[in-house]
Amino acid sequence: MPPPPMRKVVLPGQYLGDSRYLKPGRGTFIEKGKIYAMVLGVFERKGNIVQVIPLKGRYNPVIGDFVIGIIEEAMPSSWLVDINAPYPALLHVSETPWEIEYGDAEKYLKTGDSIMAKVLLIDAERKLQLTLNDRNLYKIRGGHIIDVEPSKVPRIIGKRGSMINLLKRLTRCRIIVGQNGRIWIDGDDENIAKLLLAIRIIEEESVSYGLTDKIERLLKMMT
Amino acid sequence: MTIVPTLKKDYIYKLAGQGKRIDGRAFDEYRPIVIEPGIIRKAEGSARVKIGNTQVVTGIKMDVGEPYPDTPESGVITTSAELIPMASPDFEAGPPQEDAIELARVVDRGIRESEVIKLEELCIEPGEKIWIIFIDIHVIDYDGNLFDCASLASLAALYTTMVPAEKFDLGDDYPLPMRDEPPISCTAAKFNDAVVFDPILDEEEIAEARLTVATDVNGDIRAMQKGLSGGFTVEEVKKVIKGAVVNGREIREKLWDSVKKAKEEKGE
Amino acid sequence: MAGNAEEIKLIDENGRRVDGRKPDELRKIKIEAGVLHRAEGSCYLEWGGNKVVAAVYGPREAIPKHIQDPVKAIVNARYNMAAFSVEDRKKPGPDRRSREISKVTSEALERVIITDLFPRASIDVNIEILDAEAGTRCAGLTAAAVALADAGIPMRDIPVACAAGKIGAEVVDGKVKGGCIVLDLCKEEDNYGNADLPVAIAPRTDEILLLQMDGHLTYEEFEEALELAIKGCHIVSKLQREALLRKYQPDVEENL
Repeated sequence: MPPPPMRKVVLPGQYLGDSRYLKPGRGTFIEKGKIYAMVLGVFERKGNIVQVIPLKGRYNPVIGDFVIGIIEEAMPSSWLVDINAPYPALLHVSETPWEIEYGDAEKYLKTGDSIMAKVLLIDAERKLQLTLNDRNLYKIRGGHIIDVEPSKVPRIIGKRGSMINLLKRLTRCRIIVGQNGRIWIDGDDENIAKLLLAIRIIEEESVSYGLTDKIERLLKMMT
Repeated sequence: MTIVPTLKKDYIYKLAGQGKRIDGRAFDEYRPIVIEPGIIRKAEGSARVKIGNTQVVTGIKMDVGEPYPDTPESGVITTSAELIPMASPDFEAGPPQEDAIELARVVDRGIRESEVIKLEELCIEPGEKIWIIFIDIHVIDYDGNLFDCASLASLAALYTTMVPAEKFDLGDDYPLPMRDEPPISCTAAKFNDAVVFDPILDEEEIAEARLTVATDVNGDIRAMQKGLSGGFTVEEVKKVIKGAVVNGREIREKLWDSVKKAKEEKGE
Repeated sequence: MAGNAEEIKLIDENGRRVDGRKPDELRKIKIEAGVLHRAEGSCYLEWGGNKVVAAVYGPREAIPKHIQDPVKAIVNARYNMAAFSVEDRKKPGPDRRSREISKVTSEALERVIITDLFPRASIDVNIEILDAEAGTRCAGLTAAAVALADAGIPMRDIPVACAAGKIGAEVVDGKVKGGCIVLDLCKEEDNYGNADLPVAIAPRTDEILLLQMDGHLTYEEFEEALELAIKGCHIVSKLQREALLRKYQPDVEENL
């Protein structure tokens, strides 16, 4: 059975190639010298590495990722944060720009607050820690947050930011995309409505070619 | 419990202050409604209803049993609802909790009190044998407004139910005797002084109070239920009733259209 | 396996079954992936008179903490029949049969899901039978597999299930005579037949993930039935994959 051509959707268990000639990348596994897809996704080959970019699934955290989190619970010196991953993440008071006394964490961030954070570390047990210690990390005020499939984030950003810059330019909205599929947006109501529509279309047609042009035409038409 | 970001609540409140909703609808506007009766062959009656993304399947099963002592010549209705885990990440498997119980009882009251089923024609042997109607509400996708969706699914199922007389050697199967004037349930939610009909999940999650009103063809009120721990002003209640009458009329037409179409397809 | 086989001719002189099928023919199957809004993965499946919805949430943190497995995800499949899905209304809630089916289904799925990627998590699969007509556990597992793929759960393969059985045998002078091995029993065949063999496999390797038998088969009959069930599984496996590609692979023409 020949391996699939480029930009093709593959399914779990689908044969991708022989490990004698190819190397297994993300989204794949090897069994008896053969490489197979592990998830529903798009097949990609870079040189002699074959990989599958997942089309669905929860966010898979990577150290250094920029994420938008929602505070689930405030504890005496830390917070439990929902980042749409299989496990909740922890933010310790020492990883914030504030001087917080023991027991005062809730005064700074409480349940329901949203934060721009970074994944600091992931331990052997898959437990995550976040940080707010960086110039562009903070507690979010104003605007609106929407959720998209984490697997669609690269498409919403586009090659070298081509898609997100297009969206910013034609809707005049401020847009910040978290790797975990949360997007913060701010702008006037009409433009936000346009932006939301564009994002939904990108989500639905993420596998198509020519999507950037299609979105550009659509947004220009709506002006 | 999925936490709603405060940011989202603030955004919905801000839009409400400008007379807008998060999905662009007007305050008294319903999402698209799809009614499909007769989808479950094993059931005596059934219907699937979608209001936006909310999806409910109601099945009607009938059995022969003993009447209640105080109504010896009347059929019996029993309604139950299941919020099955697939409908929401917050629903747990297990026996019905208070939300499911409230849903079942509100739908049940709407049907029972309006006497839309001709229970007096469901007597087989006075004092001995009557027909029992089981209304089972199965919520499979939850995106707000379960009361209206479940009510509508139950009505659509009942109007296309066939009494299984053959199975019990009681003659030929015949359509369940129903009255032509079903009360229609309409639900509104209140947040930040805005009162909106057919709340979507995002709105329900931040709602302070909820009011369901069932109205009939004449615009009379047949059932009411207030939910959640916030309050309504008297003016707001009156506004909800008026809106329920208007929306109720439109939904009743949709119900009739789908029931008529289902009966035609079956060749009745 | 109650019922009087003499009253109902399950298979006639021309080799046609009560519903007109040939011995190795499947009932009509329709599969649709991604049908629910809230669930992370879902599938709607019709198989003969069966109507099934399956939905997946996860991987998510397993709660309560004491059920967590420190090295891998637990697979929690819940098979449930709606009260209105059967001839005589079923009281809502899991009965012993549903709990057994839930268990064997969880075990079958666990074998193909790459669970060590998600320690302490649970993958929750919900199978609801809305309309039942024999073979619900095979329909349920088949739908669950599509829902798992739709949810982006990493798997070694997409599992699939199908049943085979024996019908038409009679007891003559204390001995079992005749009978025929058939694929995918319908309701009458399930009620009045001689054996029922539901099988689930990982289609890439034919590894058996679920196997139950109820009735009476000789060794040779079992071999024939197993082979037939596996053949049926492969036909259904193609339908599963087509359903997923219909949803996710856009029209080839559009890309050119």
